[in-house]
Amino acid sequence: MNGNAFRLIRLALWALVGAALLATLWFQVLSPRLNQEITAEIGIGDYKLETTDGSSFTAASLKGEPSAVFFGFTHCPDVCPTTLGDISIWQEDLAKDNATLRVFFISVDPERDTAQTLGDYVSWAPGVVGVTGTRAEVDKALKAFKIYARKVPGENGDYSMDHTAYVMLFDANGRFDQVITYQELPEKVLPKLRKLMNL
Amino acid sequence: MKLTPILTVALLGLAAAPALAEQAGHSPDHTMPAHEAASVTQGDLTLTGGFTRATLPGAPVAGGFVTITNAGNADDVLTGGQATFAAEVQVHEMAMEGDVMKMRHLPDGLPIPAGSSIDLKPGSFHLMFMGLKQPLTEGETVTVDLTFEKAGTVTLPLAVMGPGAKSADHSAH
Repeated sequence: MNGNAFRLIRLALWALVGAALLATLWFQVLSPRLNQEITAEIGIGDYKLETTDGSSFTAASLKGEPSAVFFGFTHCPDVCPTTLGDISIWQEDLAKDNATLRVFFISVDPERDTAQTLGDYVSWAPGVVGVTGTRAEVDKALKAFKIYARKVPGENGDYSMDHTAYVMLFDANGRFDQVITYQELPEKVLPKLRKLMNL
Repeated sequence: MKLTPILTVALLGLAAAPALAEQAGHSPDHTMPAHEAASVTQGDLTLTGGFTRATLPGAPVAGGFVTITNAGNADDVLTGGQATFAAEVQVHEMAMEGDVMKMRHLPDGLPIPAGSSIDLKPGSFHLMFMGLKQPLTEGETVTVDLTFEKAGTVTLPLAVMGPGAKSADHSAH
């Protein structure tokens, strides 16, 4: 091997070192910090909604104990029942530790989801409380939780809702923890919940 | 000290690997177990594993799921159907775009191409029962008349599974 080739190899290796350093800096330091700034705001806002058990729901409601927040609607044949089904599975498992996770199911469709309708709908899943309110207050909540929701017109004045389908976890101080993606497997979800709930 | 850069690269690589792996993310993939539920054959079409889910209290809609196999040489189209327990039966497509759930009515129906099998399943194509006239109770069986362009009307029994059921397989959640 001549000296030139060796110099080239050394250069290439140093380039790799540089790239690895940059990657480490980004993934370990900068990216988490940026994410932290964005996620610290999740759930914070001046929305004032009502729960299906008759109390009010505001940003302060997230404090006191850990909770999960999910946005959905009752005219939803698939994602919402599936997620409520998943939540029931989590609750069954947490029940082994005599624990129940507080879950808020916030309607993206308050025009059709009255407290009565929504209350019946969520009553089947343990620990789940429905949340609804006026369109203006729900819109404030959508913004506060950074949730996408859009009305999609169908026929005869009927419509469906496109909406963000993950479940958001909040710690006992009302601070955003992380999301649980749609249909995430229980074996991945439960350790997250146990950690959140100090079980 | 010619080895130093190589070692540094190796060590940094090791340090960064977990972070990179985490960033790559994981999307859970559910593969449904194949099951031998009641099947209905009419003409070239065979419909298997039909199920719906027990409705949540007061739920105004429900989804229906089935696998449709077209063994013939001609394409067919599922255009809709009728059920005594619902005002309307539509064919819908559900898709996740990132974390956003999007649902669309397929007004032109769902093509069932010749020689292929189409799954109507949670998280994908489904029958949408609109304007439910009665709650659907786990353990019951309801029937729906599906309308196909070529095969005509096919009467399909749907087992009513638990509210979170992902297939007609009793052993699955």
